[in-house]
Amino acid sequence: MSRPERAAIISGDEPPFAEPWQAEAFALTVALHERGLFSWAEWAETLSTEVKAPGAADDGSDYYACWLRALEKLIAGKGVAAPRDVEALSQAWQRAAHATPHGKPILLENDPLRGG
Amino acid sequence: MHDDHDHDGHHHDNHLDPTAARVKALETILTRKGLIDPAAIDAIVDIYENRIGPRNGAKVVAKAWDDQAYADWLKRDATAAIASLGFTGRQGEHMRAVFNAPDTHNLVVCTLCSCYPWSVLGLPPVWYKSPPYRSKAVIDPRGVLAEFGLALPDGTNIRVWDSTAELRYLVVPMRPAGTTGWSEERLADLVTRDSMIGTALAREPETA
Repeated sequence: MSRPERAAIISGDEPPFAEPWQAEAFALTVALHERGLFSWAEWAETLSTEVKAPGAADDGSDYYACWLRALEKLIAGKGVAAPRDVEALSQAWQRAAHATPHGKPILLENDPLRGG
Repeated sequence: MHDDHDHDGHHHDNHLDPTAARVKALETILTRKGLIDPAAIDAIVDIYENRIGPRNGAKVVAKAWDDQAYADWLKRDATAAIASLGFTGRQGEHMRAVFNAPDTHNLVVCTLCSCYPWSVLGLPPVWYKSPPYRSKAVIDPRGVLAEFGLALPDGTNIRVWDSTAELRYLVVPMRPAGTTGWSEERLADLVTRDSMIGTALAREPETA
């Protein structure tokens, strides 16, 4: 094992979430656990697999990216949402964002390809 | 979402990055299926961003310093002693308090992923979740403490506690000298987050 860089371990106090999506992904997980979709041990195992995957950043900066992958896998594994459905809907959200005038809330209804 | 400035009169240029869009997509699907309530999601974010943090743990430690009966209870049944102050976990986890002593220092890690006593410390700092800390704390705890600027006497035994989804640890640092007669509020100001993970000691009164 190579000796970790000091900078990777020592850093100052940061807010708990660097971006809003991180907070949302965190809260979705807490809420789904409280609803009983999975046990916390099940969650920890799934998250562990992601954070230990090869290529994980040494400074922990990709932690919430790992978190989101773990959440998607768990949700797919429970048969709640297939990855292709999540992908299609996330593209719809991106199109909706692009079609939304600046300063207006982004609504999924704004997706120009939205089917009737 | 980045903040586009207004150029050549076109306002139709909102951008949602792919990751943020995926979270939106998950939230949409889960809401449609009735598995989550968006208002509850906002409430959870508010709790973890603004309402819980290491001040909770500092109250527990200060009370243990000030009240021997409470310290005994904390040692025997940390889950109940901590809950008596209104701090309860949301994952049904059990708490264990580990007490530093002149010959023993305690250090907490989660080698599995990032298990951490949210109810008393809030969410973990980035370094706690980083691969180097998670792997090195177990193999070379003294080296890790040195990186945090903490050099313990050679004779001090360092115990490393590996958290799990079911069991989380709170380090009770030693009470600094020169604090006789202090109120719990004043004592709590000496108790830092890192001192409750074990990567630091409690503050000395003159530096508080």
